Amino acid sequence: MARSVTTRHKVIATVAAWAVALLIFFPILYTVVTSLKTEPEAIAGFNLIPSFTLDNYVTVQTQRDYIKPFTNSVILSVGSTILALIIGIPSAWAMAFSPTKRTKDVLMWMLSTKMMPAVAVLVPIYLMFRDFGLLDTRIGLTIMLTLINLPIVIWMLYTYFREIPGEILEAARMDGAGLWQEIVYVLTPMAVPGIASTLLLNIILAWNESFWTIRLTTATAAPLTAFIASFSSPQGLFWAKLSAASTMAIAPILIMGWFSQKQLVRGLTFGAVK
Amino acid sequence: MGSITLDKVSKSFGEAKVIPSIDLEIQDGEFVVFVGPSGCGKSTLLRLIAGLEDVSGGRILIDGKDVTGNAPAQRGLAMVFQSYALYPHMSVRNNIAFPLKMAKVDKSVIDQKVKDAAAILNLTDYLERRPSQLSGGQRQRVAIGRAIVREPSAFLFDEPLSNLDAALRGTMRLEISELHNQLKTTMIYVTHDQIEAMTMADKIVVLNRGNIEQVGSPLDLYAKPRNLFVAGFIGSPRMNLIEGDFARSKGAKTVGIRPEHFDLSHEAGLWEGVVTVAEHLGSDTFLHVEVQGIGQINARTDGEFQARHGTRIYLTPNETKLHRFDEQGLAI
Ligand SMILES: Nc1ncnc2c1ncn2[C@@H]1O[C@H](COP(=O)(O)OP(=O)(O)OP(=O)(O)O)[C@@H](O)[C@H]1O
Ligand SMILES: [Mg+2]
Repeated sequence: MARSVTTRHKVIATVAAWAVALLIFFPILYTVVTSLKTEPEAIAGFNLIPSFTLDNYVTVQTQRDYIKPFTNSVILSVGSTILALIIGIPSAWAMAFSPTKRTKDVLMWMLSTKMMPAVAVLVPIYLMFRDFGLLDTRIGLTIMLTLINLPIVIWMLYTYFREIPGEILEAARMDGAGLWQEIVYVLTPMAVPGIASTLLLNIILAWNESFWTIRLTTATAAPLTAFIASFSSPQGLFWAKLSAASTMAIAPILIMGWFSQKQLVRGLTFGAVK
Repeated sequence: MGSITLDKVSKSFGEAKVIPSIDLEIQDGEFVVFVGPSGCGKSTLLRLIAGLEDVSGGRILIDGKDVTGNAPAQRGLAMVFQSYALYPHMSVRNNIAFPLKMAKVDKSVIDQKVKDAAAILNLTDYLERRPSQLSGGQRQRVAIGRAIVREPSAFLFDEPLSNLDAALRGTMRLEISELHNQLKTTMIYVTHDQIEAMTMADKIVVLNRGNIEQVGSPLDLYAKPRNLFVAGFIGSPRMNLIEGDFARSKGAKTVGIRPEHFDLSHEAGLWEGVVTVAEHLGSDTFLHVEVQGIGQINARTDGEFQARHGTRIYLTPNETKLHRFDEQGLAI
């Protein structure tokens, strides 16, 4: 009896997991499928079998240069992530290893900034960007993306650093390690997995950020999110081409995500899974 | 060399005064055990000696030298933690070698010392493994290996065996005692365990609420507890503490009788009682006896003594072994 129950539970769990995964993955799948259709096919209604034409990709590439927004996306996501880590590591470090009574409040306050709708600060940010001459510049957007993701970066790093047992650091101190040696030989090796997950997740978040990247750029600094958006307005809606552009925009990050799955899962669960 | 002196050492965490003021002398080569109830400040005291916590007042001297302001690394002590605190990303070899690397010892010397330590601790076959691939006892031995390679002037142990099962605890206890006999280095050892305290210590320090209740050899404490607290704390099963008429007749507020200091009989004796629980261990028998007018008494007798729940027996306390305590709880 017991055996059959557990097998049945397993089957149900597996089916449910597949159903949820498909549901989540379906929009991406349908985007890819649509990108392989002709325009008349694309607007004809629901159909999972395309005519496998690559015309859309050719058109997208000839109409607009893919390389430039791609380069921008790489620079913005990697740049803002590195910047966020440079600020985030020491702050998370300080809060994890020498907490004070206010540490929790500071952390909550940082997170609370993420709860504010971005539109609420659109005008002030836009004006500031205009006055500082940062509109449509890579440096401006990098700073913006850094600031947006900094709370998450600090939270993630904080939870990782908290997992490092204090006794191990004390053992290193007893063993004669100075502060610098403690950091190099003991802390860093134990912190690296956490930092790597944070880095990966933040690159993805920055890559996909579309609110600010679309509103603060026009041409020079526009990343792939703006590249997609540009296909949805000027010449009316061309579903197939829009899908081709979207596929091209998400492909790099999807591939990166695929190869770093393990790190990412740890990252997304905020270090809860050992 | 490793004599340690605590001179009016005190420690507060914020408002809480965990250790009011402690004076203690530890001779070179001594095996000193700190015992006391949970939260009495044993770990705190050990960490103060290690330098992992700063004292709030007083001085700590090692070999006569004031080290109160020194960092842990400068004190020349080694510590073995309850959680072992091994470096998870390093092999056993590198774990043991770490303190030597920090001291910038020659590579060839390090290799030799690691090899020697591994041989002493039966770790030779495991040198290339990670800590996560070892059993609890092996991990503990690695932690000890890491401590002995630097030849510290004293070892500090904070409940090193409490995560091990009973059998392993027994073996490790012997190993640590043997290590002490070989190295003849000062050891300070914190434990909850009566048996560890009694069998390993040259000197036991009984702590209670951050104060020293008594310092002495295990048998000293057992035979001559200075006050009620020590009397009740040292010895397992606990000493029987009896108040009332019987105590008054002996000229004391409280009288203490150890479980083994009764003559037991099925026929006659001073007190008559009924056995509530009889624990037959083979070598010994522990009896819990309800005695009229006295209360619950723990008695210990040889393994052959026949008794079970409900058996009527007679107990006679051994007059020469009585402990008497006054109103303040001090021994008379
Ligand atoms: N970092 C700290 N901050 C505040 N209070 C502390 C700190 N460390 C210990 N204490 C307090 O000091 C007291 C003594 O703690 P300590 O760890 O020394 O006890 P212990 O005798 O080792 O207990 P146990 O046998 O349970 O390990 C406890 O009341 C504890 O709550
Ligand atoms: Mg403790």
